[in-house]
Amino acid sequence: MKSSVITFPGSNCDRDMDVALKKFGFKNKMIWHNDNELPKSDLVVLPGGFSYGDYLRCGSVASKSKIMQSVINFAKSGGLVMGICNGFQILVETGLVPGVLLRNKYLEFICKNVFVKLDNKDNPYFKNLEKDIFELHIAHNEGNYFCTEDQLKEIKDNNQVAIYYCNNDGKIEEEFNPNGSIKNIAGILNKEKNVLGMMPHPERMIDSCLSGEDGSLFFKNLLNNIK
Amino acid sequence: MKISAIITLKKDVLDPQGKVIHQTLEDMNFKNVNEVRQGKYFEIDVNENDPKKAKEIVENMCEKLLANLVIENYKIIEIQ
Repeated sequence: MKSSVITFPGSNCDRDMDVALKKFGFKNKMIWHNDNELPKSDLVVLPGGFSYGDYLRCGSVASKSKIMQSVINFAKSGGLVMGICNGFQILVETGLVPGVLLRNKYLEFICKNVFVKLDNKDNPYFKNLEKDIFELHIAHNEGNYFCTEDQLKEIKDNNQVAIYYCNNDGKIEEEFNPNGSIKNIAGILNKEKNVLGMMPHPERMIDSCLSGEDGSLFFKNLLNNIK
Repeated sequence: MKISAIITLKKDVLDPQGKVIHQTLEDMNFKNVNEVRQGKYFEIDVNENDPKKAKEIVENMCEKLLANLVIENYKIIEIQ
């Protein structure tokens, strides 16, 4: 299975993502933001980092870069596009997934492990996963998910919430919400479920010696789902 | 032609930075503040002499890049 990770000026999780994808069997290519064409891919990943120094709004400048037109076309034709952290911020700026990511509620950069609960598995990313609660890492300053009430209703009606922040028992409550996200939302899918944006980093949880293995479960399963 | 635009957060959007500034102002003994909302200000020099056209160009920029219309409003405030 072929994957492409886009590197923007200021991306800093692109190589971690490359390591994770290759570890679980993807043939990954790194793609520069200024390229025009995506190579043939089964999965495109927008990685975490601080593209363009977070100028204007996080992800806004990257969302207009050359390669993004090709990524948008790929997503609109049903291709799998996943945005992690800054990649999620880029996705909302393209309009591929609804909503925006605001500054964290308490104005702190948050860097810690969190638990997230999968909302529904009827999508290519989470289908066949046995667990519902995952321990993943977050590291962001603007992860406070926000959308209008109309958008929220549409998101819920179409089962577009991918993951919620929760505790280790899967309780979704305000006290387990690290950044003020509306309804504890940590990740969102598009209506068609082929585009996933989420703040937590699965690529940072692929080694039990360093962190944990919950990201490994995600990548292994993703590969099997795409095969 | 120089056009100035301001981008402000919509009314219902939480503005934690504005809240902190408000709190700090109060701590500094500015006691008459009801609310503070933080926004962005742009000065754009457009290569266009017709004020109407120049304004349209900047409005288009605001809609496509400078503002995120989910959370922000924009306003052209000055044409020179």
